[in-house]
Amino acid sequence: MSLDSTFTPVPERHVLAKALANRSFLVGLVITGLVAAMALVSFFWTPYDITRLAVAERMQGLSLAHPFGTDHMGRDILSMIMIGARNSIAVAIVAVGIGMGLGVPLGALAAARGGWADEALMRVNDVVFAFPALLTAVMITAIFGPGAVNAIIAIGIFNVPVFARVARAGALSLWPREFVLAARAAGKGAVLITVEHILPNIASLLLVQGTIQFALGILAEAGLSYLGLGAQPPMPSWGRMLFDAQTRMAVAPHLALFPGLAIVITVLGLNLLGDGLRDVLDPRIRRER
Amino acid sequence: MKTLATMLGAAALFLTSGSAAIGARSDLVLGVVLEPPHLDPTAGAAAAIDEIVYANVFEGLTRIGPNGEVQPALAERWEVSQDGLTYTFHLREGVTFHDGTAFDAQDVKFSLDRARAEDSTNAQKGLFSAIETVEVVDPATVKVTLGHPQGSFLYNMGWGDAVIVAPESAPTNKEKPVGTGPFRFDNWARGSSVTISRYENYWGEPVTLETAEFRFIPDAAASVAALLSGDVHAFPNLQAGDALPQIEADPRFTVMIGATEGETILAINNGKAPFDNLKVRQAIAHALDREEIILGASAGNGVPIGSHFSPANEAYIDLTDTYAHDPEKAKALLAEAGLANGFSATLKLPPPAYARQGGEIVASQLRQVGIELEIIPVEWAQWLEQVFTNKDYDLTIVSHTEPNDINIYARDDYYFNYDNPAFDAVMDELETTSDPEKRKTLYQTAQRIIAEDAVNGFLFQLPKTGVWDARLEGLWENAPIQANDLTKVRWTE
Amino acid sequence: MTAFVLKRLAVGLLTLLAASLVVFFVLEVLPGDPARIMLGMNASPEALHALRTEMGLDRPVALRYLDWLFGMARGDFGRSYTYSSPVLALVAERLAVSLPLALMALALSTAIAIPVGIYAAARHGRPSDTLAMGLAQVGVAIPNFWFAMLLVYVFAVGLRLLPAGGFSGWGVGLDGLWQGVKALLLPAVSLALPQAAILARVTRSAMLEVLGEDYIRTARAKGLPRRKVLWRHGLRNAMIPVLTILGLQFAFLLAGTIIIENVFYLPGLGRLVFQAISQRDLIVVEGVVMLLVAAIVLINLLVDICYAVVDPRLRSSR
Repeated sequence: MSLDSTFTPVPERHVLAKALANRSFLVGLVITGLVAAMALVSFFWTPYDITRLAVAERMQGLSLAHPFGTDHMGRDILSMIMIGARNSIAVAIVAVGIGMGLGVPLGALAAARGGWADEALMRVNDVVFAFPALLTAVMITAIFGPGAVNAIIAIGIFNVPVFARVARAGALSLWPREFVLAARAAGKGAVLITVEHILPNIASLLLVQGTIQFALGILAEAGLSYLGLGAQPPMPSWGRMLFDAQTRMAVAPHLALFPGLAIVITVLGLNLLGDGLRDVLDPRIRRER
Repeated sequence: MKTLATMLGAAALFLTSGSAAIGARSDLVLGVVLEPPHLDPTAGAAAAIDEIVYANVFEGLTRIGPNGEVQPALAERWEVSQDGLTYTFHLREGVTFHDGTAFDAQDVKFSLDRARAEDSTNAQKGLFSAIETVEVVDPATVKVTLGHPQGSFLYNMGWGDAVIVAPESAPTNKEKPVGTGPFRFDNWARGSSVTISRYENYWGEPVTLETAEFRFIPDAAASVAALLSGDVHAFPNLQAGDALPQIEADPRFTVMIGATEGETILAINNGKAPFDNLKVRQAIAHALDREEIILGASAGNGVPIGSHFSPANEAYIDLTDTYAHDPEKAKALLAEAGLANGFSATLKLPPPAYARQGGEIVASQLRQVGIELEIIPVEWAQWLEQVFTNKDYDLTIVSHTEPNDINIYARDDYYFNYDNPAFDAVMDELETTSDPEKRKTLYQTAQRIIAEDAVNGFLFQLPKTGVWDARLEGLWENAPIQANDLTKVRWTE
Repeated sequence: MTAFVLKRLAVGLLTLLAASLVVFFVLEVLPGDPARIMLGMNASPEALHALRTEMGLDRPVALRYLDWLFGMARGDFGRSYTYSSPVLALVAERLAVSLPLALMALALSTAIAIPVGIYAAARHGRPSDTLAMGLAQVGVAIPNFWFAMLLVYVFAVGLRLLPAGGFSGWGVGLDGLWQGVKALLLPAVSLALPQAAILARVTRSAMLEVLGEDYIRTARAKGLPRRKVLWRHGLRNAMIPVLTILGLQFAFLLAGTIIIENVFYLPGLGRLVFQAISQRDLIVVEGVVMLLVAAIVLINLLVDICYAVVDPRLRSSR
């Protein structure tokens, strides 16, 4: 909302040095890197095979063999969390991808064309924003059936107007600038200017917003999975693990502890990274969003 | 002076009623899983309706007792003609509906005719299919003539769908049920609870409870929490899952593991390749490890079954060894069927925990013999549409909770797509047999046929995990029908 | 100004119309026949047909859409298939839970966040600021349903201080009121925590921005006490972004409690929609979603008008 007036393109020097000096950025980067590494490792190795159920060994406490214990089907919780990270990351990345892929061109176009195209885009945005996001996601998964793919679509749809707004606001503030005016004077078309001059200059804005949406996407995926509308077994997901843990809280609270912590740590890491990026890339963008 | 006396009197009254409440409670909060769509048992199949109103608000000519036996209700006694075609019901006198109107033979005729009428929305019209005419002999006598003898007729008249309603209140029973039972309907707070209270002019033995609230708690975790925190006094059927050991250890609660009529099965689409091949179905049966499924899907509670029949029924025979757990044999059978490399199929799972969790285990067990299952969770609405109506499925897990429903295997066009003339013949014979011994033998033959045909994967009998405050007594241990009969419930302290 | 408000109003109405089209036609493609769901597994075809006719399901889609639209314009949202009572009555019943819950959560989050935000801004850069903002970062990252599970475990199952779920109405008198508040306390706290974390961050940065302005420096230079400057001049001017976020959070809380209602089993609006979706009670889903959309449109409209009042330049550019 407040981006338009304060936005300025990033000077490219000093960025790295500033990044390394920024605490939020560093901590966020380390946490995010660890979570990503955990997800990558799970493709090659997990402590146990989670597709083989061992019901007789269910709900064991913490031990050397199972550092986080076993779940209600006798699966190793550490292995579940490792593979669940894949699911969370994949859903959030693709949802952000959908939002960027559709939202950025729309927003940039609206800014370039102005007039009715701009007005129309903003009105469609209003309609999407007017829907209660979570309820709508529940409806979408009810129509198309629960599953990771439909969770991605449901989360992705609400990312489109977010990126459209950010891209439009960023682009609008650039159009009156000298270097853009010069390009226009040189006879370049709106599309070419957008690609050559506008997009590179709003990339940092989009990166910051992307990180924030990524974190929100992970929370949204956990919520949908918790309601049983996200990834389906045998694919583990953190939200679903919490759902399964809920009835067993009184007997085995550790079932709920670790998946919840996994979510908190991942989202925290991404938010710190986003905050840090914003400080590094443009100290003048206001901090609250 | 006079005012002071009144005040003292009022205070005394207040004190006594207060101490009475401490001495013996007369209220009850009962947790049930599902909220009913409405409260008219004669216009909907939802078990949630019967779970509130059956025997409490509404009564039929007969009723089903705690162990599945037929008992007299609004009909005090009856005679059956030699040919088994004419039933003469002698009705109780002095019975009134909750709105004050009197109950008589006209109400019986009205109710039965309404249920079997062309435009009836009764969900169990089959219960009345044998009825040819209903005649009012006098206000206290009704004669029902059947088209053919029906061994289960008196049992059928005890279903919730066959309760007696009054012509004046029938159209509004959905929202404001009016029956003849010991409790009258008070209030329905949508999404939350239904409250009923004692009907003072009840014809029979008055109930001890003054009010009873049925609170809807569909979520397993929330129900365990509500029980532990004392919000709810009793769960006739608690989805306790793995929290059960903790509850059992708690002296505040009584835990009763009883039997329901719920046969939990891995239903197989017998009409679809490769499941039309008996060897494939036998392979599936051999691949299933019931003990593991019961442990994971029902926290170890539940009786393994080998056919579609309740172990609580006296005609039950144990057929779990027909195809014992044997993965090697399952693989061999698949090879014989030309599927040595296995195959893949879908497994559609409705919402209850027994299905969703059982499904994960079934998928894991079948994977070990080479059958890859893709799990597709569905809501009840989709399940009814896709699986039950359109038969668009390979495998599904569901619990069949209707009592004595082995006859569904004889239905044409039922979702199992199973057809065996020999089985149909047994069912036809059963329909016209009323001798108990002969019926028992026929039921046993029927159980064997479907077990040997491996029509479905027969898993376990759904347990009824009744949990209630240890000071309560009179709740049902078993669930021969879907009902929460509160007529004998009372607090002991 | 009047022209601006009228234009925004027109846009709001168009948004509602567009939303109604989307809601109605998207829900029409939902698989599952409401009539069959109402009658259950063993219903006969005749009974099914009779009910379909009674429910008007055999009429053309466009006609049903127009009926529904004009009905809503008159304030008639139709009757629920499954509950056979008017949708508006159902909504009103559920609002008796959702509205107090949203208000309680909002009050809690405001009561925590605004003092923390101001305090952090006043001690900008010091350890207490870092600590407060660090905690806020963690608060934002906690999924509210997980927090709710932990609260239930501690306060309901463990300490048995508060009910773990369910809501049996507001009852009569003070005691009844207290019972209701007690039932909503844990849900409100679990909703409030992440909201408070966001709000504290917004408050802090709005305050920081305001505190950097010239008039604050002037006020301090004039010798006004620090506390007075902070509260009188600072907060008042930082209020606009804070109120905006509050408005958005309220809209979110009304509709966004669906998961928390599931955790605590509360008969609120979100649960009504969730159940209605699974029972294919489409008219209820459509009605509630439209009401929520209307609420959000209205809140956005008010926020826009507030902005325009504060900053006249926005009247033309937006």
